[in-house]
Amino acid sequence: MKPSHSGTLAETALLIAAVALPLLLQAFGEDYYIGFATRLLIFALAATGLNFIVGYGGMVAFGHAAFFGIGAYAVALLMNAGIFSAWITWPVAVAAAALAALLIGAASLRTRGVYFIMITLAFAQMIYYSVVSLEFAGGDDGLPLEQRSTLVPLDLADDATLYWVTLGLLAASLMALKRLAASRYGRALTGLRQNETRMEALGYPVQQIKLVCFVVGSAVAGLAGALLANQNGMASPSQLYWTQSGMLLVMVILGGVGQRFGGMLGAIALLGLEEVLGRITEHSHFYVGLALLAVVLYAPRGLAGLWGRQK
Amino acid sequence: MTALLEISGLKRHFGGLWATNGVDLDVVTGEVHALIGPNGAGKTTLIHLISGELLPDAGTLQFAGSDISQCTTHDRVARGITRSYQITQIFPRLSLLENVRLAVQSRQRDWGSSLRFWRPASADFRMIEEAEDWLSRVGLAAEVSQLACDVSHGERRALELAMALATRPRLLLLDEPMAGMGPEESEHMARLIASLKGEQTVLLVEHDMDIVFRLADRVSVLVSGRIIVSGTPDFVREHPAVRSAYLGDAL
Amino acid sequence: MTQLILEQALNGLQFGLMLFLLAAGLTLVFGIMDMVNLSHGSLYMGGAYFGAAAAQASDSFLVGVVVAMLGMAAVGAILEMLLLRRLYLRDHLAQVLATFALILIANDAVRMIWGPQPLPLNPPAILAGPVELFGFIYPAYRLLIIGVGLAVAIFLYLLINHTRAGMWVRAGASNREMAETLGVNVRQLFTIIFALGAALAAAAGVLLGPLLAVQVGMGENILILAFVVIVIGGIGSVRGALLGSLLVGIVDTLGRALLPTLLRATASPEVAAHLGPALASIMIYLLMAGMLFWRPQGLFPART
Repeated sequence: MKPSHSGTLAETALLIAAVALPLLLQAFGEDYYIGFATRLLIFALAATGLNFIVGYGGMVAFGHAAFFGIGAYAVALLMNAGIFSAWITWPVAVAAAALAALLIGAASLRTRGVYFIMITLAFAQMIYYSVVSLEFAGGDDGLPLEQRSTLVPLDLADDATLYWVTLGLLAASLMALKRLAASRYGRALTGLRQNETRMEALGYPVQQIKLVCFVVGSAVAGLAGALLANQNGMASPSQLYWTQSGMLLVMVILGGVGQRFGGMLGAIALLGLEEVLGRITEHSHFYVGLALLAVVLYAPRGLAGLWGRQK
Repeated sequence: MTALLEISGLKRHFGGLWATNGVDLDVVTGEVHALIGPNGAGKTTLIHLISGELLPDAGTLQFAGSDISQCTTHDRVARGITRSYQITQIFPRLSLLENVRLAVQSRQRDWGSSLRFWRPASADFRMIEEAEDWLSRVGLAAEVSQLACDVSHGERRALELAMALATRPRLLLLDEPMAGMGPEESEHMARLIASLKGEQTVLLVEHDMDIVFRLADRVSVLVSGRIIVSGTPDFVREHPAVRSAYLGDAL
Repeated sequence: MTQLILEQALNGLQFGLMLFLLAAGLTLVFGIMDMVNLSHGSLYMGGAYFGAAAAQASDSFLVGVVVAMLGMAAVGAILEMLLLRRLYLRDHLAQVLATFALILIANDAVRMIWGPQPLPLNPPAILAGPVELFGFIYPAYRLLIIGVGLAVAIFLYLLINHTRAGMWVRAGASNREMAETLGVNVRQLFTIIFALGAALAAAAGVLLGPLLAVQVGMGENILILAFVVIVIGGIGSVRGALLGSLLVGIVDTLGRALLPTLLRATASPEVAAHLGPALASIMIYLLMAGMLFWRPQGLFPART
């Protein structure tokens, strides 16, 4: 239950290794992989946000791509309007995702179970179709970014800097969510996941607690979206499509639902596997799919479960 | 003697069946009031109507002087009505301490909102101490750190009582607290309820007549959705209508 | 204008009936096995590919349809026995993961066998042209699809309402334990339902092939539409799936055709140009969200 001493030690070692990674890659002339590593971290961030909703909040949300995409489009649209500073556009991206989540969540939380899965999917598809049919959002082609966001005093045009900023934001988000999980609110959330009837009977504002969880997890996705737009150089409609929601959900389940590092592990494992297999075969997804089936059948608690960690 | 809860003319039907068919009932501050009746008399429906999980079709519920007939469960808990369930409702994968701590934390009027995101809950020492007190009160002081799913059925029922008490209700609704218990566990629970007498207003639904007549200050008998008799245990026990309608010749 | 509306209404009916072929199997699997099956769209895609390949090889569209249905029924049955039956008792998350994995596998398997290019699939030559119907012109092939769709709907209605197997299915959809106490061989029944659902999805794939493209990823879009249909109709209800399909098919088709015109009449051209397509493409999702909001169990709740 409590983080063990060796656990925090391992975490620190991992963090140091992650910080040093770009320097190592540069030393070996493998600069391409800095961009790839940044991508991993961005998806780890988005999946961590989703894991908060699914694993801590107990809500199977199937529309995470919407908030991921909203973050990206917010940055791209603001850049088209001449606002380049990440100090402005990233918080706006987070706020936009949070606002959308507030509205969608308030409507969706009236339903439960499979109906919640379906209604979040429907809302996300609405956002997808709205965006692709809006001309100023670039339609099917998406919106290219003129350049990366500026983040005075840092230079995000440098790949390693973008990597470090992403790493910093991921680490900060993981720490914040850990803190959140241990707070009064986090305890209430745990109670809710285990027995909603009892929480209701104790007089907790159940809907409000769930809504906050949904908004927080979605806002994290908004931040990840803002980062991905920078990494890809564009905001793309494919980021909003339901298969993206599916992919993020797969990452969470693969990594370990409700495990603190579950989202991160899942994102790194899935994208890493894709990358490695992509070097060997054209049909990497075929084998990724087989690997996922193996996880479903033989590691029902995900990769984090294989380590035997308790949350 | 002031009535804490005043029910008058309360009705609720399901399809063509009037599960609650004009109930009048007073629960007075400080008393242990038992509600008895044969299976299907509408006891659980009445509890649901009082706790707010069901809303009445007609009639009123007055609690501490104000009309709560249309209030939500949430609102009624805030006003001081807490219930336990026939089927134990706890948090199975949390420790007993954490179970009760969540019940303590639910008292917004004492602690403020649960929407506090930053300070670790483990720093709320007073909440934890209070939770420990409630657990000792129901005889679970030694089991505080066990998971709720690992303790016995009787201990879980006691835990649920501790959780209900920890919300510091003005009216405690106990729905068959001895359900599924062996004789020893039942006796323990009966003693716990007896220990509340005088300081906690209780509305108790229970099958076991010995326990009811031992614990209750007053007893009301519900038959076919109506209260047919209400009074002291002796009065009810000897009442001819009760004997014929419900108790038969068993007593 | 009347010609346009009538033609679009028929198109909507035709699209709705094809959605029904997909949704019928999906709703039964969802309702009876309580299983979220994201790979249903892959069965639809598989059917289109089987059909296109067989039609090409035999030079007969009919052979294509038959091969597609039989082939995917076999694939569905094998899939059910090897994998899906191990997921019925797992939570929705495990089902999402496994069936999403199946989408990835299916898409790449199709690429491996048939390559990344779309396959050509032509309607039978005699149905290639238009026919005149009550004084207006409509493509003969689309009429055939409407006919086939209606025939399947009637067949399913008879199967479910007037046969012993159908009674088991209805019992299973409303109460699984009851079905088991009826002495039904539930395992076998599930396999048959799944195979039947796969065959119907394959039929939709091969019939829509000449109208849409036979390509990788074709199942992803229509899968979500099928989900919209079954949520609107009530999960587990075939009758609901039929009504939901027609509703979604007609609202979607008519919306796309008429909304921009309607908006132009009521708002500025600029607003209409921007809002029209956006609104038209999200109408059915609004419909579904509205349904979940006000009548969460759908039009025909299978479970009481």
